Amino acid sequence: MSNLVPVLIDAFSVGGLYALTALGIGLIFSVMRLANFAHAEFVTVPAYALFVLSAQPTVMAISAAVLVAVVLSLATERAAFRPLRGIDPATMLIASFTVSMFLQRLLVFAFDSRLKPVDPLAFLSGSVPLFGVSVNLLKLTTVITCLVLLVALTLFLKYTRFGLEMRAAAEDFTMSRLLGVRANRVIATAFVLSALLAAVVAVLFSAQTGFVQPRFGLQIVIIAFVATVIGGLGNLLGAAVGGFLVGVVATLLQTYLPPDLRPFREAFLFLIVIVVLLFRPQGLFPARGLKERI
Amino acid sequence: MSALLEIRKLTVSYGRITALSEIDLSVGVGEIVAIIGPNGAGKSSLLNAIAGVVPAAGGSVTLDGTEMLRLPLEESVRHGIAMVPEGRHVLPGLTVLENLRLGATIRTDLAAVKADLEGFLDAFPILRERRGEPAGRLSGGEQQMLVIARALMSRPRLLMLDEPSLGLAPRIVGQVYDMITQTRARGVTILVVEQNARRALSVADKTHVLNGGAIRLSGTAEELSGNPQFEAAYFGLRASVDE
Repeated sequence: MSNLVPVLIDAFSVGGLYALTALGIGLIFSVMRLANFAHAEFVTVPAYALFVLSAQPTVMAISAAVLVAVVLSLATERAAFRPLRGIDPATMLIASFTVSMFLQRLLVFAFDSRLKPVDPLAFLSGSVPLFGVSVNLLKLTTVITCLVLLVALTLFLKYTRFGLEMRAAAEDFTMSRLLGVRANRVIATAFVLSALLAAVVAVLFSAQTGFVQPRFGLQIVIIAFVATVIGGLGNLLGAAVGGFLVGVVATLLQTYLPPDLRPFREAFLFLIVIVVLLFRPQGLFPARGLKERI
Repeated sequence: MSALLEIRKLTVSYGRITALSEIDLSVGVGEIVAIIGPNGAGKSSLLNAIAGVVPAAGGSVTLDGTEMLRLPLEESVRHGIAMVPEGRHVLPGLTVLENLRLGATIRTDLAAVKADLEGFLDAFPILRERRGEPAGRLSGGEQQMLVIARALMSRPRLLMLDEPSLGLAPRIVGQVYDMITQTRARGVTILVVEQNARRALSVADKTHVLNGGAIRLSGTAEELSGNPQFEAAYFGLRASVDE
């Protein structure tokens, strides 16, 4: 039991980060059927902002990272995705690859591709006692932050006017517009929320790894994409649960696999993914909204 | 009677296929106008072009003098056009109440919105009873009531209905048409598209027969039922105009 608490906190902190990332991807997908691969850079770029501002006070560096993510996300939507709106999802997917590559190369150009040290949450490096064992404060903070954000996002979607419009647009975009829901506003809201989640992931994940490099966001986003497929594409609950499960399973594999097999933990992870999809090809929570439009 | 909706030479094409060619049509304030015609006649294209769901290739559509074509889709309801598309299109995962609230997206008079909402829940007890359930779980008839009520939540000047009787039992169709005549009694102008010609004729002030993308015949119910060309216009002209 005493071993289990740190392992679970560890697993939940990884699961939480994947859940937030999968939600960031899912929010945009559900509204405009765009599988936004550039979400990786929505995570990487604010992490570089943390690196650049590492001499500044924590609050300022984190605020700047959030701002950078939001501006980047809105600019990407305006410049790359809005002109393609209504075009088939495959084209938009390729466009998001392009944006992703472009931003990644830009980072290599600006910072080269070596690891840069970051430690945005240095004050959380200690441990606290929990259930009689000592738990890493940063991981505990990660778990709590993820939980708070999940609850906040749920309340936002369920009880605010913007949230209602977003859920409507996710179900039937054309019908929602016929009722007066403004397409630009709903999509911008989705991109801002997605960027906020990405910025939080950037702060927490870079605090855990201690460095940033141009493919920093990509490693987590690829897994999060798998998680959204497991959860059921186009379903936010599914994305969150899928992300959480994938993170937890990956961590448990890392902990409990025999040491010789640990380097292959992702092979085991994807084996589980394949098995899940064999039995639930639509994912664990199939979306209702993926049907024909008017 | 002055015209609320004025359509001039409206043309709609999908690639090389012309769905509507140079339609002229006017709908007077407070009228019920029905468009009838067989499947593929261009009926849905007409409503979709007016609402902005599909682009028009030419012509003009004005509502009370304001040009509606080339406005973004979400603006038509702000100018007073509410549309109930074919297949009803409830937002199935949202609750009945949320569907109704979305109908009032464009309104800022929140107290009046609440009063309207209560009014519809009183008029349709089944909607009140199931207000917290996902709208997708309602029966077809209940969904049709819901989407008409939802459209009226925007307080439109013009209500457009695309095949409101499609797939409903005759008794339910009667209820839907009662709702349509009640809506007109509240001062809303109505443009309804139907394959079910008899029902539409019974409530319409004026009916137009659309076939092969053009209006073949127009008149009141009496004029049309006494007209020997009516059957021919409704059923017979497809082959000759499709070329």
